Amino acid sequence: MSILIDRSTRLIVQGITGRDGAFHARQMIDYGTKVVAGVTPGKGGTEMHGVPVFDSVAEAVSETRANTSVIYVPAPFASDAVFEAADAGVGLIVCITEGIPVRDATAAYHRVAGLRDAGGTNKGVANGKPRMVGPNCPGLISPGLAKVGILPGHICKPGPVGVVSRSGTLTYEVVHQLTHAGLGQSTCIGIGGDPVIGTNFIDTLALYEADGQTEAIVLIGEIGGSDEEEAAHFIRRHVHKPVVAFIAGQTAPPGKRMGHAGAIISGGSGTAAEKMEAFEAAGVPVARIPSEIPALIGEALSRRRARAKGRKATGAKSARRAKISGARGGSKPSAVRAARKGQPSRKQAKKIPKKK
Amino acid sequence: MNLYEYQGKELFARYGLPVLPGQVASTPEEARDIAASIGGLVVVKAQVQAGGRGKAGGVKLAHTPDEAFEKARDILALEIKGHPVRRVLVTQAADIARELYLSIVLDRSRKLPLIMLSAEGGVEIEEVARVSPERIVRRHIGLDGLRPYQARELFQPILKDGRLVAQAAEVLLNLWRVYSDGDCSLAEINPLIVTPEDKVIALDAKVSLDDNAAFRHREWGTWRDPDDETPGERLAREKGLSYVKLDGDIGCVVNGAGLAMATMDLVKHYGGEPANFLDIGGSSNPEKVTAALQIITGDASAQNGGVRAILFNIFGGITRCDDVANGIVQSLQQRPLDVPLVIRLTGTNEDLARKILSDHGLGATTHMDEAVRMVIERAQEVTV
Repeated sequence: MSILIDRSTRLIVQGITGRDGAFHARQMIDYGTKVVAGVTPGKGGTEMHGVPVFDSVAEAVSETRANTSVIYVPAPFASDAVFEAADAGVGLIVCITEGIPVRDATAAYHRVAGLRDAGGTNKGVANGKPRMVGPNCPGLISPGLAKVGILPGHICKPGPVGVVSRSGTLTYEVVHQLTHAGLGQSTCIGIGGDPVIGTNFIDTLALYEADGQTEAIVLIGEIGGSDEEEAAHFIRRHVHKPVVAFIAGQTAPPGKRMGHAGAIISGGSGTAAEKMEAFEAAGVPVARIPSEIPALIGEALSRRRARAKGRKATGAKSARRAKISGARGGSKPSAVRAARKGQPSRKQAKKIPKKK
Repeated sequence: MNLYEYQGKELFARYGLPVLPGQVASTPEEARDIAASIGGLVVVKAQVQAGGRGKAGGVKLAHTPDEAFEKARDILALEIKGHPVRRVLVTQAADIARELYLSIVLDRSRKLPLIMLSAEGGVEIEEVARVSPERIVRRHIGLDGLRPYQARELFQPILKDGRLVAQAAEVLLNLWRVYSDGDCSLAEINPLIVTPEDKVIALDAKVSLDDNAAFRHREWGTWRDPDDETPGERLAREKGLSYVKLDGDIGCVVNGAGLAMATMDLVKHYGGEPANFLDIGGSSNPEKVTAALQIITGDASAQNGGVRAILFNIFGGITRCDDVANGIVQSLQQRPLDVPLVIRLTGTNEDLARKILSDHGLGATTHMDEAVRMVIERAQEVTV
């Protein structure tokens, strides 16, 4: 298993005849992704890397039963490309393009959200319940199954760790270090560095929580906005799998945009310290530096596996109790929770020294 | 891009918002002439992008043109929160009966513009939010935009008088047009005043523009103040690099914004001080590498821009390591560096890159932590 993309992904590349679109279409095909169509208005009827090119997304969907689209269209036209894909009934729309005006991204976001709330377009094969990832993101990869976007495939390997990040190359760095430590990934997703993005940390955490393959989650945040704080709050209440967080921009000065349009500390809020505190308060270990992440994930995984083993050993009794214990009991038998009470909490185990 | 007050007011006036007559001056003589043409009591206001101008002595009343000359001379000599005052706005003075706060800003969580209104204007909104958050009225603007009745509804409980409410609602509707048509990320009036004669006037203007929308706003180019940028910042903008100058002495050249931030943090973690944030982006043509080195070593009057050592941290994905290596070699051939260089390369074509570097007597490491520790050590060996 994985989240959002796998072997059933049938991909359209919007902007396939452009420089970036053509290059990455090749990379995705080589990785084994089913690229079934390209779309460039005015280039319909031609081919790129043996993939048929259509004039419109609607045409591409009806001819190829595509369910996913990736967008490499220049910024002034990219939000229109999102609208077109959503209206054509594409289920997953991944927008790689950087530099889209916030006003346009906001309109695209609400179009996609509106269609999702209305139950979709009744067109297309993905039941028309669209989701947008990005913009200004590297896309996602489910190692060994499919990649949609620009993440380099060779640094990943299949495994139990779900990775979610607002960044591109920092994600590669972390994934690379995980792979080196023998920790493979279920899916790695870059949700984008813009202030308005389609899929946020909470959406992704919910997907990883429900995914059978994912056993632990790495969350890579950065300064600006309050998505990390909201994610911390969500983890405390809804995520039972272990999460390890890292926040980039601890040394960023206030009021300056650090590359990403969304990475700015404004009015004194959105600092790395606030976000790190929010995670610590939610019992999520925070890595000070990226190279601490594999060890923290390794520990979390072995604790989780030891618990699962213990659960098996104590057998039917605790399983029955777990059933009785209700809502939260599903993944965490009450016996385990009781046993945990005696241990120091994760919150106590690691605490940020407050700056004076 | 953040606009100065005088630029924000120009924009406001274009959209029919009530602002007082005034003009910007960069010398005391100009200030005197403007004061004379306005006549009567004027205010001389420092044009800097920082809050708390009044407290810093950057806002003064002047009764005569000669007094405006003196006040402008004093204010132009100031530096407010690190910003030297290069211009003053000379504007008509107004009597104030009430001060309100009004702004429209993007709410990133809801993905909708948010109106913030407070009966307590004239102070920083962060302060109001901290001390008495209940005194700020918040209302999102939905996908259908803002209706006049909604604008009136917001002001009704605060202003009560129907004619005042109508004037203020008009201000809000026009501010919404400024925000929406103008691709703003913030449009703020603080204070929005009511005069004793029951006129509603925007006494200040704070506007931030969404840089991504620059392609459809030609006029923005004229608002860019060349004096606002350091030479390094200007070069970075021209070459399409993201660059922020910091106070440290370890220069950093990185591909990708997140990795660039993490690299700065790591420098600090291991006891160094980063000199900058610099993202060379996804493509890695040699020209960008040359520009990056030029920016870092030239962006301060100090020798080598105050930089003692430079770190390249490249994670090759789409960026090819051999491209960066070629860039480094070419750049050093054109313009040798006086400071030590530590290079970290991992990913696409790293073996090729390593070969290119070693052919020119340069080494490279593969681990980020190791590279950071190394560059800090090398920096300590350098005497400035």
